[in-house]
Amino acid sequence: MSDRLIYLDHGATTPVRAEVLEAMLPYFSEKYGNASSIYSIAKESKVAIDKARDKVATSIGAKPKEIYFTSGGTEADNWAIKGVAHQNRDKGRHIITTSIEHHAVLYTCQYLEKEGFNITYLPVDEKGIVSPRQVESAIRDDTVLISVMFANNEIGTIQPIEEIGKIAKEYGVLFHTDAVQAVGNLHIDVEELGVDLLSMSAHKFYGPKGVGALYVRDGIKLGSYLHGGAQERGKRASTENVPGIVGMGTAIEIATSNIDSYNKKLLELREMTIDGVLAKIPHVRLNGDRERRLPGNVNFSFEFIEGESLLLMLDMVGICASSGSACASGSLDPSHVLLAIGLPHELAHGSLRFSFGKDNTKKDAEYLLEVLPDMVERLRQLSPLYTNK
Amino acid sequence: MYSEKVMDHFMHPRNAGEIENADGVGEVGNAQCGDIMKVYLAIEDDIIVDVKFKTFGCAAAIATSSMATELIKGKTIDEALQVTNKAVAEALDGLPAIKMHCSLLAEQAIKAAIEDYLNKKDGQ
Repeated sequence: MSDRLIYLDHGATTPVRAEVLEAMLPYFSEKYGNASSIYSIAKESKVAIDKARDKVATSIGAKPKEIYFTSGGTEADNWAIKGVAHQNRDKGRHIITTSIEHHAVLYTCQYLEKEGFNITYLPVDEKGIVSPRQVESAIRDDTVLISVMFANNEIGTIQPIEEIGKIAKEYGVLFHTDAVQAVGNLHIDVEELGVDLLSMSAHKFYGPKGVGALYVRDGIKLGSYLHGGAQERGKRASTENVPGIVGMGTAIEIATSNIDSYNKKLLELREMTIDGVLAKIPHVRLNGDRERRLPGNVNFSFEFIEGESLLLMLDMVGICASSGSACASGSLDPSHVLLAIGLPHELAHGSLRFSFGKDNTKKDAEYLLEVLPDMVERLRQLSPLYTNK
Repeated sequence: MYSEKVMDHFMHPRNAGEIENADGVGEVGNAQCGDIMKVYLAIEDDIIVDVKFKTFGCAAAIATSSMATELIKGKTIDEALQVTNKAVAEALDGLPAIKMHCSLLAEQAIKAAIEDYLNKKDGQ
């Protein structure tokens, strides 16, 4: 194994920022009070949670009381979708979503189908973009929710959220967006976007794992997700993860204040990598839209080879990336996102995602571009699909 | 998740390539599943004197192809037919459970190549 570590998988998770860790640490040891108690160290916890809630709210243009802390993005997605569905089941049982959502949304919708809900899974175009017109024409009298992800985790495609928000408002349908990949990477204002519910996860923007939040527009009724104590205004019982929540607040504050310079840096690395791969390696396909994509996301399919093999070769030289191949995911099928944008199975198996982050440098991208072509060629030489093209 | 032997055979595959005018060729798997293995055999007096492979697939698929071809090289076709996927996996110091199907691919490709050889021989 290599001593070098070049982490190009920020779409999977990010390291906790030093300032974030520092802010969290006291809440493990000296400031350990349960926020529900009345003595002074408990009050410190309560104040810390309130401050974090303010920071999260500010970063997306929301009010503090519209923010509910959760255990992460998956819980926020589950709560938003099941919550709206169950709250409105007498009004209607139809939900609109897309075929490229994260499994936290897709499998929640599939679960609701078993409960008798009707789900429309909208297709996307070859770049992975949902058409607002298709969203509009899918709306029925019994539609209670539209759930469209902000930016795709695999191919980085950014969806027309504002346009969909307008349509949702016009038809009086609630609109949820899974913004797990977008928060900390893109400017977000829930008012401007017309979003009613929004999911986020701290570990995607240099915060800790195990904490996230759901934004719920004031006035929207949502049932309690966890029953028990009065935490999160009785909607989500369970003693608060105070260090996690504090970390999330600090992380989101830093992320949103740095967003322009962060984007500029990532964009440079992304463009350099895309141009470099296209120039150096034949028979590759860039997945997703070239322009409308997350600033740090690169996703390629390499013809004639399989992604897991390439991931292991990269790991041998210290580069961390991810793949949509079935072998890499441990399932039998390759990525549903890549199939949804029309890739044949073999190209979906041969996909690789690089996602850049704050500590990456041009040298990292240069090193990747130096080692990748040989690896691809070595695997192609082994492949029966590659006939010396 | 992989043994050192698997990584060794993946990074340095033995018998990779093709044999021109091979006596037997077997191809199994499909791109849909993400695994294709093609085996080429050179056979003299029912002994496998040379073997080559080409594989599209994950590290386990490539390593099992490499090990399986090592196990049958120099063997009679009867002996080669006795090589099971279990034996290939054991020779690699084991495979993760979800990768066992990759070793089946190697066994099947060898059987298909021998069958092709026998069919060609019968046709002569």
